[in-house]
Amino acid sequence: MIKPKTEAELAQAVADATGPLKIIGGGTRDVGAPVTGGVLSTRGLSGIELYEPGALTIVVKAGTPVAKVEQALAAEGQRLPFEPLDYRALLGTTGTPTIGGVVASNASGPRRIQAGACRDSLIGVRFVDGHGDAIKNGGRVMKNVTGYDLVKLMAGSWGTLGVLSEVSFKVLPVPEAAAELRISGLSEAEATKAMSAAMGSPFDVTGAAHLPEGVGEGPDTILRIEGFSASVAYRAKELTKLLAPFGDVAVEHDPTQVAASWKWLRDVEAFATRDGAVWRVSLKPTNAAVFSAMLEQNDLEHQAIFDWAGGLVWLLVPDEGDAGAAVIRQQIATFGGHATLVRASEATRRAVPVFQPEPAPLVAISAGLRKQFDPRGILNPGLMG
Amino acid sequence: MDMPAPNPTVLAKKARIVDRLLAVLPADAVIHEVEETRAYECDALTAYKCPPLCAVLPSTTAEVSEILKICHEEGVPVVPRGSGTSLAGGALPTADSVILGVARMNEVLETDYDNRFIRVQSGRTNLSVTGAVEEEDFFYAPDPSSQLACAIAGNVGMNSGGAHCLKYGVTTNNLLGVTMVLMDGTIVEIGGAHLDAGGLDLLGVICGSEGQLGVVTEATLRILRKPEGARPVLIGYDSNEVAGECVSDIIKAGVLPVAIEFMDRPCIRATEAFAKAGYPDCESLLIVEVEGSDAEIDEQLGLISEIARKHNPVELRESKSAEESAAIWLGRKSAFGAMGQINDYMCLDGTIPVSALPMVLRRIGELSKQYGLDVGNVFHAGDGNMHPLILFDANKPGDLELCEEFGAEILKLCVEVGGCLTGEHGVGVEKRDLMDAQFDPVDLEAQLRVKDVFDPAWLLNPAKVFPLNATATRRAA
Repeated sequence: MIKPKTEAELAQAVADATGPLKIIGGGTRDVGAPVTGGVLSTRGLSGIELYEPGALTIVVKAGTPVAKVEQALAAEGQRLPFEPLDYRALLGTTGTPTIGGVVASNASGPRRIQAGACRDSLIGVRFVDGHGDAIKNGGRVMKNVTGYDLVKLMAGSWGTLGVLSEVSFKVLPVPEAAAELRISGLSEAEATKAMSAAMGSPFDVTGAAHLPEGVGEGPDTILRIEGFSASVAYRAKELTKLLAPFGDVAVEHDPTQVAASWKWLRDVEAFATRDGAVWRVSLKPTNAAVFSAMLEQNDLEHQAIFDWAGGLVWLLVPDEGDAGAAVIRQQIATFGGHATLVRASEATRRAVPVFQPEPAPLVAISAGLRKQFDPRGILNPGLMG
Repeated sequence: MDMPAPNPTVLAKKARIVDRLLAVLPADAVIHEVEETRAYECDALTAYKCPPLCAVLPSTTAEVSEILKICHEEGVPVVPRGSGTSLAGGALPTADSVILGVARMNEVLETDYDNRFIRVQSGRTNLSVTGAVEEEDFFYAPDPSSQLACAIAGNVGMNSGGAHCLKYGVTTNNLLGVTMVLMDGTIVEIGGAHLDAGGLDLLGVICGSEGQLGVVTEATLRILRKPEGARPVLIGYDSNEVAGECVSDIIKAGVLPVAIEFMDRPCIRATEAFAKAGYPDCESLLIVEVEGSDAEIDEQLGLISEIARKHNPVELRESKSAEESAAIWLGRKSAFGAMGQINDYMCLDGTIPVSALPMVLRRIGELSKQYGLDVGNVFHAGDGNMHPLILFDANKPGDLELCEEFGAEILKLCVEVGGCLTGEHGVGVEKRDLMDAQFDPVDLEAQLRVKDVFDPAWLLNPAKVFPLNATATRRAA
């Protein structure tokens, strides 16, 4: 395993590589088509370079543990807005998640619907491309349109365009209080309606999810609000009134309970102990229920958790055959969006395109970008298809 | 400022190019008479002008595709144009270029409140996007000052911001999808009503690419429910340092205002003389706005005022009503107009880390004396996006050049302290030759390679964003 300690060493390692490289941070996000190659770890690039709480910005080396970043922020009453999910429970991996891994996978949690994705909080990157050049883009200020935005392009590129060495974020204050609202017994169709009503209200909902029967105490539809105590109390009351037509609303104000509930959802812990393949499906929120119904009609046995008010569906299916790929992607062709097979056996991940196949012109553009950034095809080759 | 010499081969075949365009467009959509093309000779950066070969005004994505196919085959550079409000010269033509204006494409295609998005043709103006949804109490968040006139196409091209982006983000954070036409005429759909990319985040790199990667003809935009209300507080200080500390303390206290605006003394005086908003005559003035229900606003304004008082303000005025809010915003909204009354001005928009604010303002003051040109500063303090307005006399020989030199010094200073050349206006031609101050050659090369993929012939808006010497071989190929 190559484990450079500086960006210059990292650049040298890539330049010197004679074959494919499997790039890892903490090795907790084993997603994508399996990569065979020499392991290149970013764990040696660790540390907080700069943190200015008064400017809401932090600059961190890519191999820094996520926990270390979160601790530093918490000490100043701040946090990463996008609530990065931790894949360890779901994928059964061990190791220490790194901040570079969060960026490479654009890992965003339930708050994505209100605070944006990882890519929206990301304001700067440094990375080493396949030529072995150390490149910077963006910076440490939150408003920056100088040149092309390669920051977004790097987020979610799973190490296929370059190896991240440093990342910068816009951060936000941790609110004083949070509350969870819960309606029990809704069908998937009713739940998407209730979540749309909440999201279309002025009450600044920061989480909206539906847990089906057999998951937790489901069926449960849950909403989260955050802010100053008096404001949270006021909005909980207003939302309870607004959602009355859907059923009784139970409100939880205990901060520990609320935090635990949303961490459990964020990390898809419900599927952690269940056998099967897991898909992450992004679609128009109100399509979630009908999408799930169509899978049923096509005899695909599944369990679906709706996050992002329905815009994100976590799908548990049997890890047999194509793990439901044909049926799922046929429905995506109808409804729009995309489906990623985040958990499956290596054999399945070799046989099925893990990432959503794209139309020919976009395939050509993505292939063209990979060729430009990594002409030798050595950076996590084939991981994204 | 140099522009590449027009390609004589293209100039020589103008008639043929116009004929081919007329074959795919209605006669009134092709503007080719020399006197008529003058309407497209510049954008809001009026210091530079050049009439294009011709201008085309398509009404559909299919027409845009036909136009680009022809220009691709003929090897004609194409300059996309929204409403022409760019302050950076993003839509400045060359004599051998076709201006592709999307102004006629201004329809709303779909409105979906349950899923909180709107799909529009890209020529629609920013403000009229909100106009289309405000009956249902929704709005489109990015609000550049030019929002009455500027088109979504330009917003996407420049990744436009506005006063409220501390809370709501800029265009890229509110853009869900685009229909875009590549230079060879291929129509692509990227993103849509769902969130995030299934593969590489192409939408992320298209937004802010200044019309160099493709022509965006439709956009899916996130819309939000309006907050119950919003009110500002006005705070005056006798020192920029103290005002800067106050901003930092407000942010650290856990309040997230939707806007924190900052004006310095020259700007306060100019706006007072012009708009008579009743601002105090002090060194620096903050306008901090928060949102929510009345009680929520009172609580947040109370907290902000408590922090502000610790820094001994010379004035502190919490708005209690819509009228008082309007009075507080009046001066800020008139700032550019007020400066324009005094003289011609150049508006910069470098961003700096908030912590560097007092130092940068002091240095700008020193440079102002050195160059003998007055500067007023008005900017978005929460995110460090400055807008120094340098006053000059366009009729005085040499003044524009002096002003540009001074502006370049300020922008280099922004980069030196850890910021950037442009926070929301874009590079265009205005800051093109300063890119070397912010980027090393390898950084620029990585960006040029992206353009190589989308537009291998380098025909889309080719003389913008990058220093001409860095792109010369690619443009000539």
